Amino acid sequence: MMDTLNSKNILNFLNKWGVILAVILIILFFTFSLPDLFLTSSNIINILRSISIVTIIAVGLTISLSVNGFDLSVGSAATVSSSLIISFFVWYNMPFGIALPLAILLTLIIAGINAFLIVKVKIPDLFATLSTMFIFEGVAMTYTGGGSISVGMPKLDGSPTTGKLPELFLKLGQTPWIIIIMLISVFLVHLFLNHSKHGRYMYMIGGNQEAARLSGIPVKKYRALAYVLSTFFAALGGIVLASYVGSSQINAGSGYLMPAVAAAFIGSSFAGHGKPNAIGTFVGAVLVGVLENGLVMMSVPYYSLNIVKGTVLALALASTYYSQKKF
Amino acid sequence: MKAVELKMNNINIEFPGVHALKGVDFTLKSGTINALIGANGAGKSTLMKILSGSYSHYTGEITLNDKPATIRNPKQAKNLGIDIVHQEVDIALVPYLTVAENILLDKIANNMENRHRIKWKEIHQEAKEVLLQLDIHLPTHRLISELTLADKQMVLIARSLINKPKFLILDEPTAPLSDTETEKLFFTIRKLQNEFNIGIVFISHRLPELFEICENITVMRDGLIVSNKKIKNTTIDEIVKDMLGDESTHLYVKKEKTIGNTTLQVTDLTNHDLSIKNISLHINSGEIVGIAGLVGAGKTELCKTLFGDFPIKSGTIQINEEIQKYKNTAQAVNKGIALVPEERRKEGIFVDEPVYKNFTISHLKNFSSRFNILSQKKEREISKEMIAKLGVKTPNELQNIGLLSGGNQQKVAVGKWLISPAHVYIFDEPTKGIDIGAKAEMFELIDQLASEGKAVLYASSELQEILTITDRIYIMYDNKIVKEVLTKDTSEEEIMFFSTGGTK
Repeated sequence: MMDTLNSKNILNFLNKWGVILAVILIILFFTFSLPDLFLTSSNIINILRSISIVTIIAVGLTISLSVNGFDLSVGSAATVSSSLIISFFVWYNMPFGIALPLAILLTLIIAGINAFLIVKVKIPDLFATLSTMFIFEGVAMTYTGGGSISVGMPKLDGSPTTGKLPELFLKLGQTPWIIIIMLISVFLVHLFLNHSKHGRYMYMIGGNQEAARLSGIPVKKYRALAYVLSTFFAALGGIVLASYVGSSQINAGSGYLMPAVAAAFIGSSFAGHGKPNAIGTFVGAVLVGVLENGLVMMSVPYYSLNIVKGTVLALALASTYYSQKKF
Repeated sequence: MKAVELKMNNINIEFPGVHALKGVDFTLKSGTINALIGANGAGKSTLMKILSGSYSHYTGEITLNDKPATIRNPKQAKNLGIDIVHQEVDIALVPYLTVAENILLDKIANNMENRHRIKWKEIHQEAKEVLLQLDIHLPTHRLISELTLADKQMVLIARSLINKPKFLILDEPTAPLSDTETEKLFFTIRKLQNEFNIGIVFISHRLPELFEICENITVMRDGLIVSNKKIKNTTIDEIVKDMLGDESTHLYVKKEKTIGNTTLQVTDLTNHDLSIKNISLHINSGEIVGIAGLVGAGKTELCKTLFGDFPIKSGTIQINEEIQKYKNTAQAVNKGIALVPEERRKEGIFVDEPVYKNFTISHLKNFSSRFNILSQKKEREISKEMIAKLGVKTPNELQNIGLLSGGNQQKVAVGKWLISPAHVYIFDEPTKGIDIGAKAEMFELIDQLASEGKAVLYASSELQEILTITDRIYIMYDNKIVKEVLTKDTSEEEIMFFSTGGTK
């Protein structure tokens, strides 16, 4: 009896603090293996910068997970917003103050379609967003004529362009701004999910949709809202990405989907008893970022990094699901 | 054909905390139709589950023509020629396979031996023959998902025929059927009886139809068989008396209250899937109104429709003389309606969340500051007050509600509607799965609400409870209100009579 109690406590403890513990251990490991290289302010900034776009997209995804949904279209949303904003500047000479909100607003059409398919047509979340993922990957490519857009390149019809990328816009993708945007996103989503009425509703819907509805929560409205917010952060991530790269590349956002999913799941498993949450997602992203950064410094080839990422994800998920009792 | 006699002798079974069957004897002859009836929890389903091999931990003896038979799992039951058609037909069918595949599912799944290729022609031929024998005209290529409920039942009956059963148990087969569908089913059942010489156990809550089709009727109550009669020698009234017995234990004595003006007025309400039809009722302030009726009569659907969870087709709902139009539960809550749903763990509470979040969920507005930021301190304070007020047994407000007992969970499920008072309180089977002590507390709580001038609707299939707590009762049968009675002028017999379809 005592023994099982103790092992249960250890599991509980690991569940709660496992990710933090892992991050600390890994940091210690790299600090001692790579003295003078790893724990320097420039490298820390480097790590934070490297995870910022993933994190921005992942906290949005976290909101969709909180209603027990799943937004696979975030990568495509990021691609769409990055194509839109670069084209606004390069093709149409739009000022920053109009281009930014307009790009985000247009990207939110994806959220509208997701919400429609999921809430009205009642397609399961995963499949609905899988379709919109493909659709908007295609839409973005069609819009850019199947190529990239950068300053000085002619339009699709061959006419020359004169648009430049505004200074303010280019700042978004540079340190410290890219890190600040990430931290603000994490903070806002944390505040929203854990300390606002709306976040509480979303978690309750995620926990038991029936009971939520019979408690008088407007379930449809909040599920739709979850996808709007998810797409919003994906759009923001896409814009930061466009600014960071300084151009719009083909399917630029799709590469961020799976790392974002991984960060959100590592975070919810290790640091939230399986409950998706913003801080956990951030720490999950940090864990992956630290590992990647350290391993590259230790001369592990970049093409082998996914082995590590996948293993961490498997461990994270194992820690949640293995300890869950089957009744 | 030779008659076979099946006997169950001195059957006992216990589940944690319940002695579900207490020495039951039951006899069934092939070629007869035997009705099995009893109130909810009487033990009829348990008895039939034993017969069809769903339980293995009972004591007692089963014999076939006086030879002992072992039935401890469904396969043994099937091999002895005993089959059951469950009430939930969809559980037993694979929706995206054809009629033929479903009829021969057992054969395809278990009797392929060393062959790997399915001979579709044979399958369809065999299925067609079985259906033909029963005079059922269903294309064998049709998918199950395209069939009506009645046709799905026919497929299940046809499937059981494949094994050439001697006994067939039909568990409430008519509950979801229309009158013409019921007629069709009866035609098939008579065929099974006369041409296949099958002995049939027919479970139903509808007394008139039992009198139409059965020869014998067995009544169960509290895990015992109380009577066993020839249909032609008995009457509906007599059967109702047998079902109820003559217990009269008083759980709770209601307070005297003054009844005020009409709070809720429902006129001619019909919902979209017709699970309630032409419902008219009213509840006055300070009044507790019961909705009586058997399982499947439409009580839950009525409760949920009033709570905005079912789209309304026609009719009106008025609260305090004002016509209310609400499209979802959120709007219903805003209009002052509260519902304590039947399935507590599934619908009433959030099992993985702490007690305090369960208390505050429906009224988070009260705990939000500007920008809708929640004050968890305030939430926990109010929850502490509610825990003390309702006597919820929990270490503290942070405890996971899933760890509390059923009665304490139910107190929280009710308590969440007390944080911000509603006008109308709807209770759907609020005492389901809670112990006697908690029941009495629940009655006190409901009585208290009424004496504060609330309008209370109390839906239950437990007649004693309804008679204990209500002032007036509407009786439902077949998704309609068939009778309105004053509690002080009625009896269990009268309510049971109307809720089983009796007419005077």
